[in-house]
Amino acid sequence: MPGKLKVKIVAGRHLPVMDRASDLTDAFVEVKFGNTTFKTDVYLKSLNPQWNSEWFKFEVDDEDLQDEPLQITVLDHDTYSANDAIGKVYIDIDPLLYSEAATVISGWFPIYDTIHGIRGEINVVVKVDLFNDLNRFRQSSCGVKFFCTTSIPKCYRAVIIHGFVEELVVNEDPEYQWIDRIRTPRASNEARQRLISLMSGELQRKIGLKVLEMRGNAVVGYLQCFDLEGESGLVVRAIGTACTLDKLSSPAAFLPACNSPSKEMKESPLVHPPSHGCRSTHNSPIHTATGSRLTQNFSVSVPTLIYTGMGSGSAGKEGGPFKALLRQQTQSALEQREFPFFTLTAFPPGFLVHVGGVVSARSVKLLDRIHNPDEPETRDAWWAEIRQEIKSHAKALGCHAVVGYSESTSICEEVCILSASGTAAVLNPRFLQDGTVEGCLEQRLEENLPTRCGFCHIPYDELNMPFPAHLTYCYNCRKQKVPDVLFTTIDLPTDATVIGKGCLIQARLCRLKKKAQAEANATAISNLLPFMEYEVHTQLMNKLKLKGMNALFGLRIQITVGENMLMGLASATGVYLAALPTPGGIQIAGKTPNDGSYEQHISHMQKKINDTIAKNKELYEINPPEISEEIIGSPIPEPRQRSRLLRSQSESSDEVTELDLSHGKKDAFVLEIDDTDAMEDVHSLLTDVPPPSGFYSCNTEIMPGINNWTSEIQMFTSVRVIRLSSLNLTNQALNKNFNDLCENLLKSLYFKLRSMIPCCLCHVNFTVSLPEDELIQVTVTAVAITFDKNQALQTTKTPVEKSLQRASTDNEELLQFPLELCSDSLPSHPFPPAKAMTVEKASPVGDGNFRNRSAPPCANSTVGVVKMTPLSFIPGAKITKYLGIINMFFIRETTSLREEGGVSGFLHAFIAEVFAMVRAHVAALGGNAVVSYIMKQCVFMENPNKNQAQCLINVSGDAVVFVRESDLEVVSSQQPTTNCQSSCTEGEVTT
Amino acid sequence: MTSELDIFVGNTTLIDEDVYRLWLDGYSVTDAVALRVRSGILEQTGATAAVLQSDTMDHYRTFHMLERLLHAPPKLLHQLIFQIPPSRQALLIERYYAFDEAFVREVLGKKLSKGTKKDLDDISTKTGITLKSCRRQFDNFKRVFKVVEEMRGSLVDNIQQHFLLSDRLARDYAAIVFFANNRFETGKKKLQYLSFGDFAFCAELMIQNWTLGADLKELKVLVADKDLLDLHKSLVCTALRGKLGVFSEMEANFKNLSRGLVNVAAKLTHNKDVRDLFVDLVEKFVEPCRSDHWPLSDVRFFLNQYSASVHSLDGFRHQALWDRYMGTLRGCLLRLYHD
Repeated sequence: MPGKLKVKIVAGRHLPVMDRASDLTDAFVEVKFGNTTFKTDVYLKSLNPQWNSEWFKFEVDDEDLQDEPLQITVLDHDTYSANDAIGKVYIDIDPLLYSEAATVISGWFPIYDTIHGIRGEINVVVKVDLFNDLNRFRQSSCGVKFFCTTSIPKCYRAVIIHGFVEELVVNEDPEYQWIDRIRTPRASNEARQRLISLMSGELQRKIGLKVLEMRGNAVVGYLQCFDLEGESGLVVRAIGTACTLDKLSSPAAFLPACNSPSKEMKESPLVHPPSHGCRSTHNSPIHTATGSRLTQNFSVSVPTLIYTGMGSGSAGKEGGPFKALLRQQTQSALEQREFPFFTLTAFPPGFLVHVGGVVSARSVKLLDRIHNPDEPETRDAWWAEIRQEIKSHAKALGCHAVVGYSESTSICEEVCILSASGTAAVLNPRFLQDGTVEGCLEQRLEENLPTRCGFCHIPYDELNMPFPAHLTYCYNCRKQKVPDVLFTTIDLPTDATVIGKGCLIQARLCRLKKKAQAEANATAISNLLPFMEYEVHTQLMNKLKLKGMNALFGLRIQITVGENMLMGLASATGVYLAALPTPGGIQIAGKTPNDGSYEQHISHMQKKINDTIAKNKELYEINPPEISEEIIGSPIPEPRQRSRLLRSQSESSDEVTELDLSHGKKDAFVLEIDDTDAMEDVHSLLTDVPPPSGFYSCNTEIMPGINNWTSEIQMFTSVRVIRLSSLNLTNQALNKNFNDLCENLLKSLYFKLRSMIPCCLCHVNFTVSLPEDELIQVTVTAVAITFDKNQALQTTKTPVEKSLQRASTDNEELLQFPLELCSDSLPSHPFPPAKAMTVEKASPVGDGNFRNRSAPPCANSTVGVVKMTPLSFIPGAKITKYLGIINMFFIRETTSLREEGGVSGFLHAFIAEVFAMVRAHVAALGGNAVVSYIMKQCVFMENPNKNQAQCLINVSGDAVVFVRESDLEVVSSQQPTTNCQSSCTEGEVTT
Repeated sequence: MTSELDIFVGNTTLIDEDVYRLWLDGYSVTDAVALRVRSGILEQTGATAAVLQSDTMDHYRTFHMLERLLHAPPKLLHQLIFQIPPSRQALLIERYYAFDEAFVREVLGKKLSKGTKKDLDDISTKTGITLKSCRRQFDNFKRVFKVVEEMRGSLVDNIQQHFLLSDRLARDYAAIVFFANNRFETGKKKLQYLSFGDFAFCAELMIQNWTLGADLKELKVLVADKDLLDLHKSLVCTALRGKLGVFSEMEANFKNLSRGLVNVAAKLTHNKDVRDLFVDLVEKFVEPCRSDHWPLSDVRFFLNQYSASVHSLDGFRHQALWDRYMGTLRGCLLRLYHD
């Protein structure tokens, strides 16, 4: 009995009228945990009942504490017939299970019903008393912290980064059980919500156990997903990066670790880098797999990777022998682990040494109802296979690790596409020390930190390249080779030197496919995939060149399968890395050179393309310093201008590896207009309209080239569904429709948010699904952040000046320069003690009530503001506390679609309700924001003929407490001596 | 390609003031889009008509969802579904409860019942205000009326507390409720020259100073008793001689005017007759004076003297009642006395 859960039901408000006769409600509450249920008294005839119940106490195992949600049901008492349910609240009590997080959950929760939506609110107080657990063989993993954030959370220090953890659990989907035929939709939805809640609890506990085995205490970059496999079941799977984190408790620790990225950018404006490469493969078409009825354990032993924390480094040079040594060390550190993967997208300085490029793998599987329940074939094996492949791709790129790793699925009927992708990388061997030695801190300080352009340097052997690529000497250090283009799935390293601003780049593609069954269908899909991948890559490359940029960050390629088509959507943030060569232009070549008018047409197009490139360079302020060989005299590679793109000649080839994705080794990047398709492509290149003036957009955490965010943020979700007319379904028409859909959606966003100008849409996340034959659904979540335009202008010049400056100085100094800055900014400066900060209060109503019970529930205060953002930080504020993970799953259904305003009205209301429930939970934990918020799923199904619709939404994020920097400054001005130092440092660096 | 579904949901609910106005004014989405296009917004922003259509739809949907909460403004403050900054909440409420002068003049003093609601069609046609907007305004009047009708305490305070309106708007609503409750006639042709502001001004004075049921009949002696009436007249004339441009007209009309004013008081005791208060004031006082071209300053002189002279009438024992009555009435008459 290692824990006692205590629950108190205080009051309700705004309850719906349940008794038509009196226009009132006789409400009472059932509080359920596991198999124990308590009830409050019935509060007669009120829409604002004051139960003020006793403390309901549940004595439970901590295993249950982790798995089970607290279930609160509000009912209307009826003397003569069955009590009517008003709605429910599920509370995940996990945040109460580890110290440092929330100590009490207290506040107003929306009462939610899957048919009626939110129906009033209930005030609840929850506490947990944990007893010391003496059992070494325990099944619980209480105390392991979970973070959705894909970087080391602010206000923590990474002592060790252990590595990849994953787990999945499988169950039958209640919606497909026989009992579903006789129960109400509400009962079915609730069964599903409860099951998924249980499964995620279990999943989290099991992942926690693995972390404990690895001697970690936290999971960072935790990503949990559901696969609704229909008949064959329901899979909940999760991946993450196990770490040992130290809370930066001393005020001093605030500075480096808690800085918002914007600050970090300011502090380290120099960088350079990358190389590129992109490998992908597809599993052979058909794997007929049998689903398993049982909950599965997927156990993998992942060896330990020590990452030696936050120390600043002294300067070091990496030479040829060093590189070899480094590779050796890294290899040995990572070799033992089955999957040297990291779900992180941003890293402590020095962690990332080289980046090889994007690695991805997909496989098409058939979901099959199990006939033999003992058959051990499971989803685990599928994923293991894919991960193996990713690992081998990374190896081929000369890398031993994969960072920015993620996994996803797309399911249509019985076909499932499994995808995984990440960025092959070489990590600093010093950070990868074996064993669990924790005393290596001093040692760390003496480490050789890789240079700032280091991550761009190729990790693979120049003479034995995995793919044809065009290499040059790094434009920064001039010592190492870099590729001409670099693709990655990670965020732009904060110390990278970028010229100009970045921008969102998307490749969009549709491919029709015949309707087919089972194996035939899977085969058809498998055959299409390589071409889609190739085309997506081509589009990205073309658009990147059109922008005059040379690197992509945060690349995410989503392939969605539908009944009769496949959709591909790739999003990334393009930038110009100063370390990479200037991209060449795009040249169009016609196939029939004798036709005069055709020639003319071609040259016209060519002119348009050239104009666009020039315009974009101006728009994104890309004016790299002219570095000529004369100035530097260092070995400059053979002049390279243009790489060549082969248009899919490989249409007959089935072997993916034959596709030339490198665009290298050719002197010109030529688009051959050999058919109408190609013409279309060129046209579509030119149809992408840049955002209106004052707007920027990116899909990474921060916008390269903008670093003076102001504090206004607006997170939003936008959903669009279009119906295709079935008559003209050709690939071109489809492409156009899809392209228009995405472009129009973006235009609408710019219009809606115009009052925030100058502003940037960050972390723009598009998701495509194909709910029905002729429907395409696009869901976008992003955050708009305002910035100060004047300051932006100043700072954007900086990198250019810097690089100019650098170009004219000696190489030795070049290396020293950035590192000095770095070490200057790293020493910690005392910051005001936490107690002096004023926290923006989230829920004055809830808290106030709890603390003095006499206060009326509807006191005249308004609801506290809870910010939500997909980013890991809040501009202009410091995160002072992480309160726990928010992971919520909701189902909403209606049988009166028209009355609720049609599909738009229905979904609009539902998403607003989901936001509200997330905010309420955060506020009840004592937080005032959710960071790293993500809407992982939004499955929408409609049946207008029956006036019905159903939607499932899954969201997650980290609940935090933040303090405005302006509040901090007030405090800090009272401590002039300590703070002057830090502000001076910042000041120097920014100018 | 048609959009089946198209939504935008912000963590902070986006409120576009211009679209809100169009929505309140009762325009359909199509009309609102057309009006927005005419405003030149497409040129300013470089947006397309489709974008505007989608944006307008979205805002309309949001307003539609908010409307339920606006019916009970404190709910808007405590609800959790829409995160709206307090200043925006105030704006939403204030604009929602704002009304058109032309509309309020049509229904002021009418019973806020279904019957009147049926007349909204005509009002809409007559005023050019959309039927939808008329309905909203009418329903607002009725809702506020229903909530505060039976309440004790200050009308303005009650309205402010339950509807969170600004002081100004709460006062206007108090007037509307007061008029609806007493069913004052305001629609007669001869009252057309009066604005809502005129009525609201009078209502406020009356709410503050008058309590219903006071025995105003007692005042009737001022005109019923001939001696008293003559004495009153001579006191007023003595005091005003040489000071009034329209002295002779006043002297000639004194008895009629006084009868009019005092009879109004008597009629106030009968609920049925209360309705004609403004008709009487205009007929019995404003119009006679106006036809003799009294300047406003003379009206003020006269009313001051008329009401003050009663203190010198020894036979009259209801001085306090008279002061309360005349104090308010003087205020009202001065306000009503214009072209």
